[in-house]
Amino acid sequence: MTAAIRTQSPSACPACVAAPSAEAIAARAEALKEARIALSLPTIHCAACISTVEQALNAYPGVKEARVNLTLKRANIAADATVDPADLVRLMEATGYEAHELDVATIQATATDKAGRELLMRLAVAGFASMNVMLLSVSVWAGAADATRDMFHWISAAITLPAIAFSGQPFFRSAYSALSAKRLNMDVPISLAILLAVVMSVWETALSGSHAYFDAALTLTFFLLAGRYLDHRTRAVARSAAEELAALEVPRAIRLEDGQEITVPAAELRIGDLILVRPGSRCPVDGEVIAGASELDRSLLTGETVPVAAAVGTLISAGEVNLTGPLTVRANAVGQDTSLHRMADLVAIAESGRSRYTSLADRAAKLYAPGVHALSALSFLGWLIYSHDVRMSLNIAAAVLIITCPCALGLAVPAVTTAASGRLFRKGMLIKHETALERLANVDTVVFDKTGTLTEGTPVLSNLGDHSRSDLEVALALAEGSDHPLSRAITTAARAAGVKPATVTEITEIPGHGTQGIWRGQTVRLGRGDWLGAPAVEITSAWLAIGDAAPVQFGFVDDLRAGAADTIAALKAAGKRVILLSGDSAAPVADLAARLGIREYQANCLPETKLHYIESLSEGGAHVLMVGDGLNDTAALAAADVSISPATALDAARVASDIVLLGRDLTPVAESLVTARKATRRIRENFQIATGYNLVAIPLAIAGLTTPLIAALAMSSSSIIVSLNALRLR
Amino acid sequence: MQVLTFLIPISLLLGGLGLVGFVYTLRSSQYDDPDGDSQRILSSDWDDKPKP
Repeated sequence: MTAAIRTQSPSACPACVAAPSAEAIAARAEALKEARIALSLPTIHCAACISTVEQALNAYPGVKEARVNLTLKRANIAADATVDPADLVRLMEATGYEAHELDVATIQATATDKAGRELLMRLAVAGFASMNVMLLSVSVWAGAADATRDMFHWISAAITLPAIAFSGQPFFRSAYSALSAKRLNMDVPISLAILLAVVMSVWETALSGSHAYFDAALTLTFFLLAGRYLDHRTRAVARSAAEELAALEVPRAIRLEDGQEITVPAAELRIGDLILVRPGSRCPVDGEVIAGASELDRSLLTGETVPVAAAVGTLISAGEVNLTGPLTVRANAVGQDTSLHRMADLVAIAESGRSRYTSLADRAAKLYAPGVHALSALSFLGWLIYSHDVRMSLNIAAAVLIITCPCALGLAVPAVTTAASGRLFRKGMLIKHETALERLANVDTVVFDKTGTLTEGTPVLSNLGDHSRSDLEVALALAEGSDHPLSRAITTAARAAGVKPATVTEITEIPGHGTQGIWRGQTVRLGRGDWLGAPAVEITSAWLAIGDAAPVQFGFVDDLRAGAADTIAALKAAGKRVILLSGDSAAPVADLAARLGIREYQANCLPETKLHYIESLSEGGAHVLMVGDGLNDTAALAAADVSISPATALDAARVASDIVLLGRDLTPVAESLVTARKATRRIRENFQIATGYNLVAIPLAIAGLTTPLIAALAMSSSSIIVSLNALRLR
Repeated sequence: MQVLTFLIPISLLLGGLGLVGFVYTLRSSQYDDPDGDSQRILSSDWDDKPKP
């Protein structure tokens, strides 16, 4: 399916398809002239930072213009194509600011928030119009009569009609699409009330009537648009932060062309290309290793913590991290065809927990919309039969619609979600989906992934005490000669224990195996078990062999993520069922479960296993929160009722989840459940307030006792009460 | 009442000016970096002459 899309060329005629397309040439020429670079600068915070950064960047040769955006903590740079973004990052770091390059293509999507700007424009017009009309209405209420009143009404009509036609469009459009799908949503009664109020008021004005609801129609539009804008802002902030995370991974690859290393965008890689994967970087394609030896970290894909050896002939998947030596890979599958992207198909199959859920607002609308319409129609009929006066009956029917119009209901949800999302954002959580909070409030079962979620994904030496001083000294000397994560763990632990390295000479790193050297005339080696002839064990290990002696084992455990223990304890104290699902082997999973006090766990989980586990939990009536970071969690994240992934997760996992955890600490997870429950309670309270107000106002409206003044007072006060109630959450 | 023929158009005109001003600021991206703008007035760059 994707292949078909990709083969389509933007050029229309067949001849242009054969020749390099005009667009491509133009784009390349454009790229030569000027490149746009975006840097993320997370530490800038004041006026001095802005001018230091801008001066440093503008002074750099080739930079045309640099401008800092402090709100987004970002610098946008226009520069010659010859400027290397990596140099600018180094320049920033020399100036004293942490900097990361952002992928311009990814952030461009949200560079200008078009929808937000449009809403703000409509809000401004509605605000302007309602203030002017209110001014005229107050004069009418104050006692203007006869010709003066009619003139005020006509002026109001002249302001209201164009203003409503422009500002009310979001509601009209949404109501129309709901009606054409034969559904009812909150926007149907809103649109009907606004339109009926305007039509009726114009009619009344034409007949020199005393009651016109122009101000009500406009205030209603204004309040509802304010709710919409709040809602949009909350999600736009989360979306742009989430997109910034995605943009931090600039998709570049090193392609080997005739022995030359050329850095190209990952999108330009083709099948058969030779790609150099440096130690520490992530493989961009599926392929086969044709040169080099190393070890691969597959934890993001499978959850395994033990690195896998890679040599010539090993198949490597996109997303695996190369640990020790440089590898040359021949691409077998690129872009959308890699196993990384095929995993997305599994996500598509999983029935999404999001789509199963009906939001509180929709449920309220389902009850509310038919009720209001019936009530309004009944009062029209009742008055018509009683008085045979169409004009008065229609007047009353419109008053019923306006008075019941969900002004407070329209604000009830967005005001609360804005307050709650803001509170969670300050604690380091990004709420990406609009109903995520409501779903989070229902959660009774929490499923965790192990590697990278409950653990940091970095190993820690576990059996330092088992070794003799001299072994440790040799191991430290060898470990310091390598940048492998296990070596770094040995170095950290031994240094912390006060061990001094032994004098080992001729230390060499043998990629894919380990390090070796000479100590007191003997060959000493530190590395993989199969290299040293050690027995296979289940936990992550490195082995040390001195001369011909039997190798000794260094065992490693994965370091717990900060706050993991507290979070599990808090969740259990709150009566939640906690489950651990991991793709790792049985021993480390059992060990971690015991350390954290998790009774239910399962090891060796495939992505499908996790998905089915979550689905069977949901079928059993549980509301599941899935917390995971790896590609193997993606389907489970999508299937769960609500999902959280840490910022360190793979992009695919972050996209699949509703909430992104920004910091390293897990503690906000337990807190977010509490906040979500509070928020849902506020939403329900707001609905109750709105209902209570309707119970008082509707009888008055049906009895024909409302005036535009009463409608305006009731509407404004209920909206303000609802917003104030939401603010209690902050 | 004669005064209304002046006052109403004037009030509409003034309000309309405000609206036009707001639309102009919105169109020219003046709300993209509120934090930055509040800090930039403190910086002394371009104090003696405007930025070219």
